[in-house]
Amino acid sequence: MPELNQLQKKILEEVADLHKVPEGAYNIRSDSKSVGRRSTENIEIVPKTDVSGLDIRIRPGTKNESVHIPVILTESGLRETVYNDFYIGEGADVLIVAGCGIDNCGNQDSEHDGIHRFFVERGASVRYVEKHYGQGDGRGKRILNPVTEVTLADGASMEMEMVQIKGVDDTDRRTVAKLGAGAKLVVRERLMTHGEQRALSTYDVELNGKGATADVVSRSVAKDDSLQRFDAKITGNAECRGHTECDSIIMDRGRILAVPALEANDVDAALVHEAAIGKIAGAQLIKLMTLGLTEREAEEQIVNGFLS
Amino acid sequence: MLEIKNVSFSVSENDGDKEILRDVSLTVPARKLLVITGPNGGGKSTLAKLIAGIERPTAGSIFFDGEDITDLNITERARAGIAFAFQHPVRFKGIRVLDLLRLATGKNASVAEACEMLSQVGLCAKEYINREVNDSLSGGELKRIEIATVIARGAKLSVFDEPEAGIDLWSFQNLIKVFRKMRNEIRDSSIIIISHQERILRIADEIVVLKDGRVDRRGTPDELFPNLCDAASVSAPCRMAEED
Ligand SMILES: Nc1ncnc2c1ncn2[C@@H]1O[C@H](COP(=O)(O)OP(=O)(O)O)[C@@H](O)[C@H]1O
Ligand SMILES: [Mg+2]
Repeated sequence: MPELNQLQKKILEEVADLHKVPEGAYNIRSDSKSVGRRSTENIEIVPKTDVSGLDIRIRPGTKNESVHIPVILTESGLRETVYNDFYIGEGADVLIVAGCGIDNCGNQDSEHDGIHRFFVERGASVRYVEKHYGQGDGRGKRILNPVTEVTLADGASMEMEMVQIKGVDDTDRRTVAKLGAGAKLVVRERLMTHGEQRALSTYDVELNGKGATADVVSRSVAKDDSLQRFDAKITGNAECRGHTECDSIIMDRGRILAVPALEANDVDAALVHEAAIGKIAGAQLIKLMTLGLTEREAEEQIVNGFLS
Repeated sequence: MLEIKNVSFSVSENDGDKEILRDVSLTVPARKLLVITGPNGGGKSTLAKLIAGIERPTAGSIFFDGEDITDLNITERARAGIAFAFQHPVRFKGIRVLDLLRLATGKNASVAEACEMLSQVGLCAKEYINREVNDSLSGGELKRIEIATVIARGAKLSVFDEPEAGIDLWSFQNLIKVFRKMRNEIRDSSIIIISHQERILRIADEIVVLKDGRVDRRGTPDELFPNLCDAASVSAPCRMAEED
């Protein structure tokens, strides 16, 4: 049972909704050290020996179990790259909660780059939740550059919820997925940038098997002087369905670049891209103001709702 | 309660100014239901927006409870006790019906209370409470939710802009009941309904016909009804009345 200080607890709440040590398997990493780990009968967490990171093996058929692997950074100037590999056995159905919170009160940049690989076997299904959060008023930046590689075997499915709402100065997120026959990928990304923050999010999804489907949806808000780029590519190499959507609100002097790309290499590939960027509709603000909200309050409600 | 004094509103267009309201004066006493009717494009919605503070008059002034509110913004007027149901309600991605009702009442209304508000407008509350106020709602559903948010506010002055639009017949019967009930329990408040519907006109204390940006006629339903249908003034209420 790990001892956690107040700061660690606060960050755990932000990134993993954890108020105490989680049920099931977990590894809590704080300033490059594991401060608590538990494997279960069906889920084995083993540290890698060659590089920093974990091998997480989930037995075939494991149902209704969860793995939490939150990461906390509180030391200013700490920069780390961590390699986590997930092997999800045939027919398993699990929840994986990752997430990283950086508290940087110092003047040196703090950076965590998590390289996650998922090997999801036949018929297995994974719900993956990843939240990124930054706090601290130091001049040092809080940087997160996650790379996520997903391999879905035939009939496997993965639902990814990626959230970055506050405090991360710089992020360059890359997600690559390869889907077999009948495999299904759903991505829900929610992103908010403010100040001078920059966030790049790139998806490269290959639909390689008959009946594969992908649905990648990003909702984002760029405030102040922040910059975002959403770069989503879906390639259809078989009879398949793919959809990407970027739905964004810009405020102040925020900037957003949406780069759709679809590549169909099979006559039965059906691919769709939608992108909409715009400021908050005036009528929405007016409506909420007629309910007694100030313009600021109305804006806040609209943005919170949009990102909820 | 509400006094509109010599209000004009014009917008500038390529070929000069366009007068949308010309020297409109109206009084809505406390405890009264005023219905504004008249042909499309006559300036009814514009007048409602001027009352809510969404547009500002180019001339004239507006008094509410004896206080000059001409220079108050939308929020200030809402807080002073003016509620407004839009003719074309707004959709919001991610905001639920429950959230909107809570914002309207300004308190953390319980699910039970919110359900009560929705059932008044004929919506099966359980089905709607957690729905997002987005494109998934039909025009009629959205309209009823809009009406519910305004009723929920229990404001001193409630303004409804064409509440009947897009609402099916069954719900319309219900709506009439809702307005009758509001009228009967009016206490210290007032209601303005913009409508083309005879059955709504009938429950008015006073009817005002707005045409070409001017008050064309005004009076009680009994005074106005015999002539309300002559083609020269308004045709809309009669046409709609025949349909239902
Ligand atoms: N902001 C505006 N700019 C230009 N024209 C407007 C504006 N608002 C309303 N109008 C015009 O004013 C007239 C009255 O509109 P409206 O108040 O919506 O009428 P009603 O509600 O009686 O149908 C219409 O001709 C409409 O096109
Ligand atoms: Mg109108």
